[in-house]
Amino acid sequence: MNAVTAAPAPTFDCRVAFAETLIELARTDRRIVAVCNDSVGSSNLVAFQKEFPDRLVNVGIAEQNMVGVAAGLANGGFTPFVCAASPFLTGRALEQIKADVAYNGYHVVLCGMSPGMAYGELGPTHHSIEDLSWLRAITDLAIVVPADPAQTRAAVRWAAHADRPAFLRIGRYKVPAVAADEEGFVFGRADVLRQGDDVAIVATGVTVSRALEAADDLAARGIRARVLNVSTIKPLDEGAILAAARETHGIVTVEEGMIEGGLGAAVAEIVVRHAPVPMRLLGVKGFAPTGETGFLLDHFGLNRVGIAAAALELAALEPRG
Amino acid sequence: MFALNADTIDVVLSEIASMSTEERTRFLAGVAQAMRRSIVDMIARAKAGHIGGDLSVTDILATLFFGVLKLDPAAPQWPDRDRLILSKGHCSAALYSALALRGFIARDLLATFMQALSALNGHPNRRKVPGVEANTGPLGHGLPIGVGCAIASRLSGAGWRTFVVLGDGELQEGSNWEAAMAAGHRGLDNLIAIVDRNRLQQGARTEETNRLEPLADKWSAFGWEAVEVDGHDHAALYDLFTQPRTGKPLCVIARTIKGKGVSFIEDRVEWHHKTPSPEQVELARRELA
Repeated sequence: MNAVTAAPAPTFDCRVAFAETLIELARTDRRIVAVCNDSVGSSNLVAFQKEFPDRLVNVGIAEQNMVGVAAGLANGGFTPFVCAASPFLTGRALEQIKADVAYNGYHVVLCGMSPGMAYGELGPTHHSIEDLSWLRAITDLAIVVPADPAQTRAAVRWAAHADRPAFLRIGRYKVPAVAADEEGFVFGRADVLRQGDDVAIVATGVTVSRALEAADDLAARGIRARVLNVSTIKPLDEGAILAAARETHGIVTVEEGMIEGGLGAAVAEIVVRHAPVPMRLLGVKGFAPTGETGFLLDHFGLNRVGIAAAALELAALEPRG
Repeated sequence: MFALNADTIDVVLSEIASMSTEERTRFLAGVAQAMRRSIVDMIARAKAGHIGGDLSVTDILATLFFGVLKLDPAAPQWPDRDRLILSKGHCSAALYSALALRGFIARDLLATFMQALSALNGHPNRRKVPGVEANTGPLGHGLPIGVGCAIASRLSGAGWRTFVVLGDGELQEGSNWEAAMAAGHRGLDNLIAIVDRNRLQQGARTEETNRLEPLADKWSAFGWEAVEVDGHDHAALYDLFTQPRTGKPLCVIARTIKGKGVSFIEDRVEWHHKTPSPEQVELARRELA
């Protein structure tokens, strides 16, 4: 017990950065309103409500109405940020997201709070592991998954002026800072957080820091893993994905969501057309058992051990051509 | 203003308001009849559409577009315009006919209704058709959007109003009642919902399918002022749409006849989306002449 262990890196609930940024923007942009479904507390909107009581539209527990109301507010010249637990926002109001927001082309910012398995032991009804799969299929809807507070702040600022329908996945499960630079986030840009050409790990959201840990473990074994933080799921940074495919032995994708239709599928859709390489898709498989978020991420192999194991499989493969 | 054979009809609301009731009713009835002829022609050409509901909602839309709504066809996105949301988006032939007569779209465009690559889709698209406020089609979407519009108008301190035209069958969608509850709670008296109460839905009568009555009581219970009216009575509709605000949202339950104006289509469930034969089109045109 005489080894000196480094203090663990501080971790953050991204809802805090989200709410602070929204308030800061709302002070100068009178168009910004928040719309929620009895989720003032869980969306961290108490301070917003205090400062802008008229601009917090709480429609009660009624997600379909919530998204329709947001579309109407956009029609009337406002910029609504719809803040609700991601499973209910995306699942309950999916047709409103498609028809009222995306098809109309309204500048509505849908903020899926506490996504993925953030509600851990509350169980699969409260997990939002399908959201990326569902929303990726919706035309004109931008999908952004900030990985830390700096990215969250930049993403909220981008969304306020994007003039397009957008979905932001705002994490509750605490994550360390991982942003590539001060800028934090540039819409449409995947950030290379770690250079390497043996294997590529493409991660998003809470899995990014875990991908970096796996890269550390791989480095200790002499394997150089490139780590990409994909904070814009749609549109995906094709250039960064294709470079990873062409310059490494293969790609591991890691996401806190269903494998069917999510980030891994999006990467595969690009790779298979332009630069086929072996891939390993890591994500959630089926309805989760009972457990807190960290336990569940480990359960599905979304940790340094699982990610490194998948990367080792690819690194062991013969280089192409 | 009265040349109904002209391509478009210029509407000056103050002039409409200063007319005698008889004069105004004659004008609105003339517009409605022109819309009905247009609807029959469009559906006959397209061999598709929802003729029953188009003809039941015609007098409501004619009264709104030609007597009530503050709009500027030359500036469809004018921020202070009144909003009209046709929640029963399948009745687009009626909406497009009103928009063409009102000068938002070219009359010639109506001939392309539901043709390949036409701007006039079976359900309206605001990104392609000026004057359309919301892309509707899936039922139960218009009222929530209308509630959002009404909140926006109130938040901006603007005076514009929002009108949402609903089918009666679509009131079986729960989202309407989420919206009705929110509008009642907030006392949105700049919001007017009009139910095209033709008592028929796609497959059968509403009351045989999933009972709506007592419908006015439902709206009242949700905090609305609910009024039942003959949905083909232009004078009564006009009076309700221009009445002073009451502190509550207003629901006009407009008793209508599905297929109104064409005898063999009226009140028959099979004419929800049946299309007329060439002989039937001739007959319909004669009845609407």
